[in-house]
Amino acid sequence: MASDRIFGLVALFVALAYIASATQIQTSFLADPVGPKAFPMIVGVVAALSALVLIIRPDPDPDWPVGRTWISLFVAVIVLIGYAYTLKPLGFVIPTAIAAGVLSYQISPRPVAAALTGVGLSIGLFILFRYGLGLGLVPLPKGLF
Amino acid sequence: MDMLANLALGFSVALSPYTLMLAIIGCFLGTIIGALPGLGPSNGVAILIPITFTLGLDATEALVLMTSVYYGAMYGGRISSILLNIPGDEPALMTTLDGYPMAKAGRAGDALVLSGVASFVGALLATIGLMLLAPMLARVAYLFGPAEYFALYLLAFCTLGGMASNNQAKAALASCIGLGIAMIGVDNNSGLPRLTGGNLHMMDGIDFLVAIVGLFAIAEVFFFIESHGKGSSIGVKLDKVRIPWKDIRETTPTMLRSSGVGFIAGILPGAGASLGSFLAYMTEKAIAGPKGKFGTGVAKGIAAPEAGNNAAAGGALVPMLTLGVPGSGTTAVLLALLMTLNITPGPTLFTDRPEVVWGLIASLLIANVVLLLMNVPMVKIFVKILMVPAWVLLPGVTMISFVGIYSLSGSYFDLLLMIGFGGLGYVLRKLDIPTVPVILGILLGGNMENALRRAMVLSDGDATYLFSSPISIGLWVAAIVGFIAPMFLRGVLRKPQAVTD
Repeated sequence: MASDRIFGLVALFVALAYIASATQIQTSFLADPVGPKAFPMIVGVVAALSALVLIIRPDPDPDWPVGRTWISLFVAVIVLIGYAYTLKPLGFVIPTAIAAGVLSYQISPRPVAAALTGVGLSIGLFILFRYGLGLGLVPLPKGLF
Repeated sequence: MDMLANLALGFSVALSPYTLMLAIIGCFLGTIIGALPGLGPSNGVAILIPITFTLGLDATEALVLMTSVYYGAMYGGRISSILLNIPGDEPALMTTLDGYPMAKAGRAGDALVLSGVASFVGALLATIGLMLLAPMLARVAYLFGPAEYFALYLLAFCTLGGMASNNQAKAALASCIGLGIAMIGVDNNSGLPRLTGGNLHMMDGIDFLVAIVGLFAIAEVFFFIESHGKGSSIGVKLDKVRIPWKDIRETTPTMLRSSGVGFIAGILPGAGASLGSFLAYMTEKAIAGPKGKFGTGVAKGIAAPEAGNNAAAGGALVPMLTLGVPGSGTTAVLLALLMTLNITPGPTLFTDRPEVVWGLIASLLIANVVLLLMNVPMVKIFVKILMVPAWVLLPGVTMISFVGIYSLSGSYFDLLLMIGFGGLGYVLRKLDIPTVPVILGILLGGNMENALRRAMVLSDGDATYLFSSPISIGLWVAAIVGFIAPMFLRGVLRKPQAVTD
């Protein structure tokens, strides 16, 4: 019950904010009868109505993960964000090995297997992408050697 | 004889050694993708699109490769359903009902071969149906103006929301999320940016590939972290694989009927393969009656959903190619592929680029034969691939997704967006909010708005123009019925739950 209500409330606020920002859209002097504002506003209104229905008539709660699983999920998101930022400056091999290893550890907590998975995936995928498919990946940070 | 000439053109495109090789690679990859638990046709095709794009294949080659992957994944889905009792994707759920009990009874090999043959029959008949029906529908589609297209897009959202979800409000909300995202970026008519929040990265809008890969592939990783990759070990033994001629003979009428049911379900916009396999199974169950012993591992219970599922996969291509409106999650992904390749689906596709359409149809026929040949004798190899543990597979999928999206734009911003969509996909699926309408919204949002605006330009702002032709009135009625009717039918058409050990 509560999850649907919370989600509905968040969606309602987002929809209202969306409608509000749609009213700020600049219109050009060559306007068509509908203009650039109307469709986003319709979408926002439908979304807000659906969100209201969710708040009034929520479904039963799903089984949310507990305690440690949340930490695992959080770690996974942080690692992926870190990976997104480091992929360009640090090259492919090192960030991929770390990110793949950590993800593997989050799915099945065995450190050695996870580390091997990370290194293996990193090198294997690099060979596949660089030589098999010919993508221009940079293996290591520039200026290291 | 027009069709045969067209088909000859198609085969002349599809039978070159290089495209043939692509078809075989695609079928092989597709079967693996379909067989692996957690990867299905939609996320499999999604993570491969950016990579295909960077390989620099031309339109026909890329289409051949990806449709082979698509058909292959539909075939492969049955392997994990039968051996692990885990459907590789949603349409394969119905196959677990009889497939897994049959495998537990020591007939895993028979079940795999039988389902392979059923898949072949379903896909073959659907491809023939596509050849006959698509050009006819393409001629009708010429009558469609902007008002009709607007109603058609609405119909797609309504039926998809109505059929694929348990809660109408949630489906509508999902569609709005997608449509709302599609509005971000530069407005087509005025050339002015809107809803970008002043962020330069948002000026181009949000790439649908980023959203698709995030919602389908990255979200899956979060689900595996939650479940710690449990339940992916093979519980049944696979002995020598023989061809069960007797079962195949006995189930032939079932396969033919189910193919018809599945094909029609596939054509309906928004319904797709899940409905196809569901209706095929339920029809056969009703015909067989209680004496048919459906659910205990009977041959018909395997043949029906597999034929229905694959026929629906072919049927779903009809509205996608002729009208540009996808009938399922996977065809939405294929539509994304077409849009990436700068091909606009629609009636003009059949006259302007016949080599693409008929090349695609010919490659579907080829892929189908390749898949049958590959799946019967080589099924043991695919079963071996199922042994890949989740803690290797899922990190691998994530890294492939990152490289694919990164190689498209080279920007870290798209990667962050993809992670964001992954998180969104996780929450949405947890709350039982369907993600396919989100994708459909992002893909079709721009077209839908353009249709509305052009209709209003034509009528000089008169809203009744939207309901002025018989076609558009029919589409509006169908849209409203498609959205409301499932609320009342839900009690009747309750989905059977998967068997538990």
